[in-house]
Amino acid sequence: MKTTLTFALMDPPFESARSATAFRLIDRALRRGHDVNVFAYEGAVSLSFAAQKAHPNSVHGTNVEEEDHPLTRDWVAALHDAAAERGAQLHWVNCGLCVDERGANESIPGPRRGSPADFARFIEESNNTLVIPTGE
Amino acid sequence: MPSYLLIVSRDPHTHVSATRCYELAAALAREGSPVSLFLVQNGVLPARPSLGSAELSELAGRGVRVLADAFSLRERGIAESALAPGIEAAPIDVVIDALEAGARVVWH
Repeated sequence: MKTTLTFALMDPPFESARSATAFRLIDRALRRGHDVNVFAYEGAVSLSFAAQKAHPNSVHGTNVEEEDHPLTRDWVAALHDAAAERGAQLHWVNCGLCVDERGANESIPGPRRGSPADFARFIEESNNTLVIPTGE
Repeated sequence: MPSYLLIVSRDPHTHVSATRCYELAAALAREGSPVSLFLVQNGVLPARPSLGSAELSELAGRGVRVLADAFSLRERGIAESALAPGIEAAPIDVVIDALEAGARVVWH
């Protein structure tokens, strides 16, 4: 049965295991054919930041290719691809207030700028919602 | 009566608040609500037989379904065959199942 699920994310990239778990959940929901809404606010608006860049690691002695540092913007793009492959809808909204605070205006294609009103609408229009709060 | 899935992402040794989540599960079970705990990330650490697992095994004895994320277990080198009594390994799909079914899913 196809449903619409909403996820609210708060954590910035590279700071918490919660981000990886969130990506796992969104990926599973899409692969099961559900439509998914993501409201990214606070630091999570940087998950899709287009200017993220991989880097070498002099401690490991690796160059950029060898280090193969994962970037969350690539994971967000992969989620959009997974949705398209399965005919599912992924609506990823970055809170505009949080984008402005952080200067994270440059997003990869797919996510769009929005507001808390989008989150309210997502909740109303979806079958269920999971908020993944930030910690500490 | 709604069912509940409480996602516990923290280890009670480093975050006392994790035990508050266990207490919430116990209270919901006492009221007769179907309730499950899904341990994820460091929340799976007390799934190993230990002093920390006793409370989880007791919850399982009271009818709370206590599940540990299989991926998180593997990340931490905890064998699924070595979990404390009453705790089962489960895929993260359990969370999607609960959301699909309209359960109240709360992340701690």
